[in-house]
Amino acid sequence: MAESAGAERMSVPFLILAAVTLASACTAMLLRGLVHCALALAVTFAGLGALYLALGAQFLGLAQLLVYVGAIAVLIVFVILLTRGGETAATLLSPAPPWVLGILVSAAIFAILAWAIIHSSAIHSVGSPASPPSIRQLGDVLMQDYVLPLELIGLMLTAALIGAVIVAMKEKQGTE
Amino acid sequence: MQPLDQVFVVLKHWLVNHSPTATQPAVSILLTIFPILLVFPILFALTTVLERKGLGRIQNRYGPNRVGPLGILQPMADAIKSLTKEDIVPSSADPAVHFLAPLVLLAVAFLPYAVLPIGRNMIAANLDAGVLFFFAIGAISELSVFMAGWSSRNKYSLLGAMRAVAQMISYEVPLLLSSIAVIMAAGSLSTVEIVEKQATFSGIFPHWYVLTPWGLAGFILFMIAATAETNRSPFDLPEGESEIIAGYYIEYSGFKFALFFLGEYLGMFAISGLGITLFLGGWSAPFSFLTWVPSWIWFFAKLLGLIMGFIWVRGTLPRLRMDQLMNFAWKFMLPMALVVVVSAGAWRFLPHGVTRWLVSSAFIAFSYVLLARGVGTRNKIARRIYRFAE
Repeated sequence: MAESAGAERMSVPFLILAAVTLASACTAMLLRGLVHCALALAVTFAGLGALYLALGAQFLGLAQLLVYVGAIAVLIVFVILLTRGGETAATLLSPAPPWVLGILVSAAIFAILAWAIIHSSAIHSVGSPASPPSIRQLGDVLMQDYVLPLELIGLMLTAALIGAVIVAMKEKQGTE
Repeated sequence: MQPLDQVFVVLKHWLVNHSPTATQPAVSILLTIFPILLVFPILFALTTVLERKGLGRIQNRYGPNRVGPLGILQPMADAIKSLTKEDIVPSSADPAVHFLAPLVLLAVAFLPYAVLPIGRNMIAANLDAGVLFFFAIGAISELSVFMAGWSSRNKYSLLGAMRAVAQMISYEVPLLLSSIAVIMAAGSLSTVEIVEKQATFSGIFPHWYVLTPWGLAGFILFMIAATAETNRSPFDLPEGESEIIAGYYIEYSGFKFALFFLGEYLGMFAISGLGITLFLGGWSAPFSFLTWVPSWIWFFAKLLGLIMGFIWVRGTLPRLRMDQLMNFAWKFMLPMALVVVVSAGAWRFLPHGVTRWLVSSAFIAFSYVLLARGVGTRNKIARRIYRFAE
């Protein structure tokens, strides 16, 4: 009883957010201007973040906003501008084979994900959903149980950063 | 509790209880949002006059003094002017994005106020991850600046937007790191809890984080980064009038320009509010014998103090060059902010007493001298060589 009431209360914001996310994702695919696509994609990211927030996963939702809207979307936009793709010269619609391929790939990915979700134990085992973990719990787990993977990821990201800087520096010397 | 301190909270509860039951949630939400939408734009109007008068005083001139007594009605005149001006959209501009950019900027400028406690029990949304929310919303404003600059289809505005985004990304790092020091010390991401941790007293002095060695260094770093985040002078390269006219909002006129202006000042107030919350004890009184003053008065007094600081800095310092800006962010601010985090950690785990003061200060003083000297020797100030003009 309580669950159904909760689900009903959730449904209107959920529907709005889902509609916004899906619509902006479609827009990102259908628009011609690359910058428009990137901006629509940013709306999709924000919608996903809002969905996480609506589900009570505060940290995940806000991290999604911070990383995807604040960093990834800006990165995409920068790449488009720096590679001269931002000019609105209308790019012709790609010929059929890539379209078919794209549909096939996305359908395959959707099928795999759907199969995994339907067959996962998490979806069946939970009778009443536990309250989402607090940020304190997340931090404790990250810093105690998963501290080694965390440090490894940090090391990898640092290496990637240094590598990117080195690549950029070499290129600069070459042009001069 | 003093009645004056909670007057707005009590008033809201009274109004909600006297409205029909069906509309109570809506009324409650409206009564939470409406004051924010009202108070901060009024503060913006007030600040524009204060800023122009303050700058005038610094530059040895009068400033606005014609509209109303002492020029206090100047914002009304400005509002009427911007409302009646023609809204010009460049014919080659991207109309949809050009229209949306100021709206997105303004919406994003208002959102952070949801997590700022402007008084005891006076917060719109007491989120578990309030500080994170603030920065997540701040990240969106970069995109709106880019939208404005790109959609105008003007070289200057695009340059301004690129500068703004680069600057905001660079200075977000020290801003976040200096906040992390406070989050570590308070052990919470909730703005309410951070303020409550600081609102206790030993003797007559409060436990504000700015009164610790790492807190002072962190606060200074935070405010420098905040100045850069909000594109204020001396970090106003994105809109440097002498170089790129007005940066990303050249092609905006009339009320859209006013919206940009409002958004920029709201961003400045919000980030000052976060600085107050993190370092200056939020709504808590500076001395234990002053706790009878209502909490919201303290918040706004601190806010006005910081705004005065911003105006003072704007009137005093010249604009940086782009390379100076980036060098300062990555070679000085970032290492310094990391040292502040380490110093805050040392403060947290050392026993109370003189040792932790000494250790924490030594960390900061040592690295400050080292970094300042490192930056100083790299870029010796030499006689400027003019390549293109005699």
